[in-house]
Amino acid sequence: MTDALLDRLPYARFLGLQSHVEGDGLTVVMPFADKLIGNPMLPALHGGSTAALLEMTAVAQVALSYPRLRLPRPINVTVSYLRSGKPIDVTARARISKAGRRVAHVVAEAWQDDPQNPIASLTAHFLLDEDNG
Amino acid sequence: MSDPFLTQMLPQLAGGAAHTHALGFAYEGLQGDRVRIRVPWRADLVGDPDTGVLAGGLVTTLLDHVGGLAVWVALKGFQPIATLDLRVDYMRAAAPGADLLAEARCYRLTRHIAFVRAWAFEISPDDPVAASQAAYVVNSDGGRKAGANLRGRPETTS
Repeated sequence: MTDALLDRLPYARFLGLQSHVEGDGLTVVMPFADKLIGNPMLPALHGGSTAALLEMTAVAQVALSYPRLRLPRPINVTVSYLRSGKPIDVTARARISKAGRRVAHVVAEAWQDDPQNPIASLTAHFLLDEDNG
Repeated sequence: MSDPFLTQMLPQLAGGAAHTHALGFAYEGLQGDRVRIRVPWRADLVGDPDTGVLAGGLVTTLLDHVGGLAVWVALKGFQPIATLDLRVDYMRAAAPGADLLAEARCYRLTRHIAFVRAWAFEISPDDPVAASQAAYVVNSDGGRKAGANLRGRPETTS
């Protein structure tokens, strides 16, 4: 279901996000495209595109693990940028640290060559829809 | 106010890179140390198609970017900078179909780090959709040349 979820979201399509579900987990790839470049001199991906990938990955993971009528809505997100994003594909995964009745806490990481060397990490809270629980 | 950095380069930095150009970011102006940009509403930038509201990830990008402009305003010119971290609070849903504005202010600049607050809103920063607090590393290339990030490790922050 979530495999198709990101395809349904216009901004995820704009970023070209591709999601793959394996068991309970989700991996999302943002294939490199010129329009993701924020710094043409380095060159480097725009930090915002990496942040959006992380946020979309977190949304999709929560939607996969806690299906509700409405999508989880972000309360707040914190992104740490660890390395500049090279002009190649980025992969992201999210883990739900805790989901209560209304709020889920999620951490996510994005990497390029090596999952052990993430380029950015995200910590976020999402509001869960109570209807249709 | 005929500083070419403010009149020519800043508007270019607002929407001139490939990503910001693709998103339609546009310079809105500078008042004191507060800089504004706009992202016009577009159907392909929506997060949840059931609501028609611009995506959270786009708002994050907008706030990250306007924050960078505020750092350059504080620096009074262009220098390489890199976002260290960015926290965004989403106060309410944006109005469906509406453009978003973002305003940022660098309220503290040290030799290495710039501290920035920013707001996203439709009409007034007093009624924000989202607010952010961010830190940027100033002179982030540490004197390294373009392409330094493409080579292997190690990557050290100066």
